[in-house]
Amino acid sequence: MTTHYLVLSALLFAIGAVGVLVRRNAIVVFMCVELMLNACNLAFVTFARQHGNLDGQLIAFFVMVVAAAEVVVGLAIIVTIFRTRRSASVDDANLLKY
Amino acid sequence: MNGAIEAPTIEYGQLMPMLLVFGAAVVGVLIEALAPRYLRKAIHVPVTLLSLAGAFALIILQAVRDGVPEQASAMGAIAVDGPALFIWGVILVLAFISMLLINDDDQFVAQAAAVPGSPEEEDAVAQGGAHTEVYPLALFAIGGMLLFSSANDLLIMFVALEVMSLPLYLLCGLARRRRLLSQEASVKYFLLGAFSSGFFLYGMALVYGFAGTVDLGGISSALASVGGQDSLLYIGVALLGVGLFFKIGAAPFQAWKPDVYQGAPTPITALMASGTLVAAFGAVLRVFWVALGNLDWDWRPVMWAVAILTMVVGAILAITQTDIKRMLAYSSIAHAGFLLIGVIATGDAEQNSGSLSGILFYLLTYGITTVGAFAVVTMVRDAGGEAGHLSRWAGLGKRSPLLAGIFAFFLLAFAGIPLTSGFFGKYAVFAPAVSGGALGLVVVGVISSAVAAFFYVRVIVLMFFSEPAADGPTVALPSVGTAAVVTIAAAATVVLGVFPQPVLDLADQAASALFIR
Repeated sequence: MTTHYLVLSALLFAIGAVGVLVRRNAIVVFMCVELMLNACNLAFVTFARQHGNLDGQLIAFFVMVVAAAEVVVGLAIIVTIFRTRRSASVDDANLLKY
Repeated sequence: MNGAIEAPTIEYGQLMPMLLVFGAAVVGVLIEALAPRYLRKAIHVPVTLLSLAGAFALIILQAVRDGVPEQASAMGAIAVDGPALFIWGVILVLAFISMLLINDDDQFVAQAAAVPGSPEEEDAVAQGGAHTEVYPLALFAIGGMLLFSSANDLLIMFVALEVMSLPLYLLCGLARRRRLLSQEASVKYFLLGAFSSGFFLYGMALVYGFAGTVDLGGISSALASVGGQDSLLYIGVALLGVGLFFKIGAAPFQAWKPDVYQGAPTPITALMASGTLVAAFGAVLRVFWVALGNLDWDWRPVMWAVAILTMVVGAILAITQTDIKRMLAYSSIAHAGFLLIGVIATGDAEQNSGSLSGILFYLLTYGITTVGAFAVVTMVRDAGGEAGHLSRWAGLGKRSPLLAGIFAFFLLAFAGIPLTSGFFGKYAVFAPAVSGGALGLVVVGVISSAVAAFFYVRVIVLMFFSEPAADGPTVALPSVGTAAVVTIAAAATVVLGVFPQPVLDLADQAASALFIR
């Protein structure tokens, strides 16, 4: 039964999405985004099993590589703003508005 | 199934423009690693500009000599069809002139790792120079734009989306002045961009679950053959749409645009506002026309709502802005709404190619005028950098009539006044939309154009009919690159506004065969 895996993947995705919206620390927000990407991977692999082709598994590899590249860029940006402001809270960065 | 793996065929000739740009980006990374610091810029500039010009020449060569291929290249992963070639050409022209702006000294941070206001930063500024990593990063972003607009399957589209976005996230944080704003823009763009690509990816997973393939043509044929999985498909399409609408800045996913446009270094804003928008519309068209063309009855009502919301939000919120870059950002949101009208106006093949040709022409005219407008913004300076606040622009027409005149002309082009390129751009999108039955949308479009004209004219009135402030901003003597950008953009806006026919014909020709599958 592959349905359970899909439900799990949807749950992980939802937890990630809610986390992005409610958490305040940029690092935690970013971790939640990574959780969303991993939920996608689980869905891809499950669907690959369901359809009996390998496309989904292959896509999961691509997603991992992209996620790794995103970590590099993301942490660089977050560390820079942390060094400037001594805070990684997304609420503190509020110069740009309206 | 005999176990042997066949090597894929890749049409290197067709992909050459893109490969050239990516190759130049890799060379740029090597230059960063090997060349001494004082030589780097002198090597980067010719490599970057020549690769972009060379890629453009290759596109023309391919369009003239080989014509448009019958089927997608690289095992169906990338479609180098008529619209793709046109969009590639537009992206490369816009990237080239944005690159002339990026060349300008004095825009990028001397040492990004140094904390603003620290002694290290003062040292770095005193040593002179700026980060030259900007060139390879911009080239990677441009290569990603080319790939994004021509991707023929969702996986390539996702990878291209990230190749395009990741360098832009970094570039946004590299402004030389007002570094806190720049860093904040970078964080916001990054977090929201990563969030939206998560949605795109989950949508892609669900569509893959529905169709068993991520190939756009395969999804289209699965629409007819697969039954009983509709909820999977609809949720998947909605999530894909969220990711794509974020990239074009359509409401309700437009919130990042003003912040990022304001905070980013202005040359990078010019590149984003023109190139990214063009590439993202290429991707939107492919997903909604090629893969989901037979589902148009289902996505059209949602797209109507998004287009109306985008135009209204863009036009109305722009009125309340006090910063010139934020105002241009909201104007870009409104323009994304106008372009969505063209995406909605589908029908038979003739109708589709009419709409497509309008969109292609609009993208070109809007992109060039945008780069020109941001080039002017870089030239109006205060002690602390660019004079962003609108009140500082009061009386600019008296200090520098030529520059203010050119900027006024760009604003009129955004508003779509006749004899500017913007008029024919809007006409080219709205006319097919009327015949395609989207009259209601066109009415909303014309009304929001009128609202938008109000705030463009307000800036013009401010520039020409107010007294200049005593300590007003100075108009910097432009570098050769910046002067060239303003001249090219102004010339293109005039020429496309007076003799649009050759380019309209070209767009018609590119759009006539529609997308290949």
